[in-house]
Amino acid sequence: MPGEVRNGTTIRAVHVRRHYQMGAEVVRAVDGVSLDVRRGEFLALLGSSGSGKSTLMNLFAGLDRPTGGAIVVEGRDLAQLNAEDLARYRRHTVGMVFQSFNLVASMTLLENVELPLRLAETPREGREAAVRAALERVGLGARLKHRPSEMSGGEQQRAALARALVNRPSILLADEPTGNLDSRTGEEILRLISEINAQGTTVVIVTHERPLAERFANRITVLGDGRVISDGRNGPAHPGSAAP
Amino acid sequence: MKTHDLIELASRNLRESALRNALTTLGIAVGVASLVAMLSLGVGLQDLASRRLAQSGLFESVIVYSRREAREFSRTERRAVPADVGEGRALDEAARQQMAKLPNVLEVNPDVRFPTEVRFGERSFFTMVAGLPDSARSSDAFDGMQGRFFSSVAADEAILQIEFAKDVNPLPATLIGQEVVLRYAERQPLDSPAVGRRARAPAAGGDGNGEAAFPGFSVVRREKSLRIVGIIETQPFGGISNFGRGRLFLPLEVAEALHTVQVSNVRDLMRATPTLKTYTALTVRMASPAQVPAAQQAIKKMGFSAFSLLDATRNLRRFFAVLDVFLGIFGSLALGVASLGIVNTLVMAILERRREIGILKALGASDRDVKLLFFAEAGAMGLAGGVLGVVLGWGMGRLINFGTNVYLRQQDLPPENIWSVPWWLVAGALAFSILVSLASGMYPASRAAKLDPVQALRYE
Repeated sequence: MPGEVRNGTTIRAVHVRRHYQMGAEVVRAVDGVSLDVRRGEFLALLGSSGSGKSTLMNLFAGLDRPTGGAIVVEGRDLAQLNAEDLARYRRHTVGMVFQSFNLVASMTLLENVELPLRLAETPREGREAAVRAALERVGLGARLKHRPSEMSGGEQQRAALARALVNRPSILLADEPTGNLDSRTGEEILRLISEINAQGTTVVIVTHERPLAERFANRITVLGDGRVISDGRNGPAHPGSAAP
Repeated sequence: MKTHDLIELASRNLRESALRNALTTLGIAVGVASLVAMLSLGVGLQDLASRRLAQSGLFESVIVYSRREAREFSRTERRAVPADVGEGRALDEAARQQMAKLPNVLEVNPDVRFPTEVRFGERSFFTMVAGLPDSARSSDAFDGMQGRFFSSVAADEAILQIEFAKDVNPLPATLIGQEVVLRYAERQPLDSPAVGRRARAPAAGGDGNGEAAFPGFSVVRREKSLRIVGIIETQPFGGISNFGRGRLFLPLEVAEALHTVQVSNVRDLMRATPTLKTYTALTVRMASPAQVPAAQQAIKKMGFSAFSLLDATRNLRRFFAVLDVFLGIFGSLALGVASLGIVNTLVMAILERRREIGILKALGASDRDVKLLFFAEAGAMGLAGGVLGVVLGWGMGRLINFGTNVYLRQQDLPPENIWSVPWWLVAGALAFSILVSLASGMYPASRAAKLDPVQALRYE
């Protein structure tokens, strides 16, 4: 179920462009996207392959920088942050989940989920409890010592979710979180994300599965050729707005 | 990222590719071992030379000449004597007593050397005889000698230098316990009954032989029997000190009591104003080499020329410093090759862990964190390689030392320790190993830090 929506914009994209120079050709992956994401919103970015949704997600995550426009997250323009501040933003403000889980294969679940705590310089004594809490939240409390290769895709994605949330970010960004999962497991993951959203975390997911998006997101934005094609509420209680 | 987390992650990563990292570390260890081995050899040889020279007693001694004598020696000595010194002081008994009272002086011995004919049975040999002070028994020349040192300072005993002993008898060892007779020129005062003239000067003084200030002396042939008690392979004091330049040695007190004609006696006789009996040279022995410069200075202030061999050690130190630099360069070559191994290993690690680096960055690792992680891995390999290398180098040293001593024993030579691994070499080798490893890690670390996280996450 979609969570409570609070007032206030948490992510504001203003005429965002991300163009790539490929030889003589310019690829316009994102081409003038303007979008406001409100605090506590569950936004689904839909679109076909090459529509620019993953690129936009990377820009929101601070993994990439726009070639034009501005992305303002919680009052900070990401384009203006230096590399160190951008890393700090990724550590504390956003949590990322990927289609291919991206767990470190040689590490146990405990070590994987502990990684963001290490990077955030969280005191050692509180870490294990935080990791256990995060894994229990996604139903993996008993799998601390297991390696990713010993787990199913759904379990890996839940572990990735625990890792994304262990530093208690205000925004969860999920790039095709169900892309590598069967439909039942995908639904479980989205239910979990929806519960997280219900607890106040702003969620932006990229997906190409419209039925799932319609079921869990409270706002759906469709991208095509790097532009916003449509943007609308999905359900009565979840306001979303596209900037003009 | 905190330091302990960095170290934990780095050691985790190193364990992941255990074989490759172990081989790289072994490469560093071999490099460090070669460096330690080379420098230990240099330091060991330097120690050996210093020890040998220290045992010779040369560096605790100041050799004193009258400036009158110095003027007549080499051009260098002439230059060392200031023009306004004039004739300088006579090197007489009063001067000897004055020097004996200087701080830290153990003894002041005169140089008693004289040419003589040595008779052994029916054969005679012309050679140089020198008096040895009792303190000479600690000289390394008497280590492993055949026979023994003099039984007392007044014993009528002789020690032969091996080459001279071989001249006397092709089987030198058989000479020990036998007698030789010295035929030498004794200096006598002019009022001696042997001469029958009296020309005593009014001034007092003398050397206990009844000589006072006199205008001349007579020379009488004398003989002295000595029992051969020992044979030495090398010359005492490396043959450099005055005592060392002889082929037959006898106790200094016995040599002094012979009142042999010395070169200085003849020289004094030629002077316009004859003085008391003087010494050709005196050797002032100090408690330690560190006290030599002060004593040398004090003796020069008394108006004498004073020389020590400390200047020679400066040149020796310079030689060993250059040798150490060369050995260090050759030793470092292996470490240089090993550093390429580190670069290779870390570059491979970047390729393999490209996606992992992307994950780290997505989770909030800064470029600095990634760089430090690779630095820590390089440093850890350097530290481990350094420790292993020092142990290996030490082992190699012991082995070479052992081999050298086996060879020395085969050549009937006493064993030597040509190997030394001082603490500063251990610390320096470890620091150098870590430093070289960190330098090798600079390029891979910088490359890893610059990875684009989006590209890295796409890497399969």
